[in-house]
Amino acid sequence: MPDPEKVGSRTTAAERDAVTPATRLVSGHIVSGAAFGFIFGFLLQKGGVGTYHILVGQLLLQDWTVAKIMLTAIVVGMAGIFTLHHFGKVNLHIKPTKLAPNIAGGLLFGIGFALVGYCPGTAAAAVGQGSWDALFGMAGLVAGSWLYAELSGPLKHTVERMGDLGRLTFLDVVPLPKWAVIVSAAGLLTGFLIVLETFGGR
Amino acid sequence: MNRRRSLLFAVATALAATGPQSALAIEPALDALTYPGPAWSPYLVGTGIGVLAWLTFYVSDKPIGASTFYAMVSGMIGKALAPRHTERLEYFKDKPPRLNWEVVFVGAAIGGAAVAALTGGNYVNEWVPALWSERFGDSVLLRAAVAFVGGLLMALGARLAGGCTSGHGISGTLQLNVSSWIALICFFIGGAAIANLMFRI
Repeated sequence: MPDPEKVGSRTTAAERDAVTPATRLVSGHIVSGAAFGFIFGFLLQKGGVGTYHILVGQLLLQDWTVAKIMLTAIVVGMAGIFTLHHFGKVNLHIKPTKLAPNIAGGLLFGIGFALVGYCPGTAAAAVGQGSWDALFGMAGLVAGSWLYAELSGPLKHTVERMGDLGRLTFLDVVPLPKWAVIVSAAGLLTGFLIVLETFGGR
Repeated sequence: MNRRRSLLFAVATALAATGPQSALAIEPALDALTYPGPAWSPYLVGTGIGVLAWLTFYVSDKPIGASTFYAMVSGMIGKALAPRHTERLEYFKDKPPRLNWEVVFVGAAIGGAAVAALTGGNYVNEWVPALWSERFGDSVLLRAAVAFVGGLLMALGARLAGGCTSGHGISGTLQLNVSSWIALICFFIGGAAIANLMFRI
């Protein structure tokens, strides 16, 4: 499968013959999406991140639940994904770094996030737990996605071309062996978690 | 001309008179921590999401993500209403709208959250969140309008940046993707700026 999105930054022998997903059937593929989505929504609700005051509390730097969940997921996910990738069991999915759209889009996303109080994934969890205001946020997300599609032609040839650095990971940027970078990143993030737990609130 | 000037003067006077008063009225600052916390430990939930990422990569060859759902839904609506116009749009040429893995993933997340809330005894069933109404009152219309506009900006931002708090914030960052770390930091800078303007000024 010569999908460029699936090629990792450092091609190993395992990566050259791209991994076939365990579910090859289209129907099985869709079923796996439903099963994993169900678990994702369940976990988000249990983590409290379908709740307006917990998400806005994070943006107000009062409630650190969101940061704790995300950083833990990143550390655990990173350890597993890079191990599985090392043994040729998974493909990496690296998105290209484009400075202008990453920064402008990121800030715009943040502004919208504060106004809604839910992000695209946690809005689904919010609707599931009966926080009906998230439905308006979801409707806005659909409308905004459409607006982007309308503008996608001009955007592709202007803003989205600025600061294009290609598919870039910290493994390419930091001049250290691959595993040293991964272990230090995991260590750094764990340190940040310990600081949060010691000095941050909930 | 004169009438317009006097109208502007009246508006400015009214703003000057009510501005400081309304600022005083919201002291002391609201505290999100006075509301109930999550059901489970964030470390347990975070570990669960991390392990779920292993599974989606291994079983489905997909990173966890949420914003694509909205793009596909908007495209499917567009295809139903204006098929030719939709097909001509650049974004949908790259990503044809259809019921794919990402759509099913977020759809099922609503169900998963519903089961978690109902079995855990914290089903909310409310139209305006408590923290919002403490600050902005309990008008559903105001809450709906702000949430809709916010959602619109958020989707534009996600598409420009190439992902959301799931696709960039978890799946991209855990692969040490440079664009994802830039995007995640910008999400929180933009979000913290506006949230503090909304709740602290």
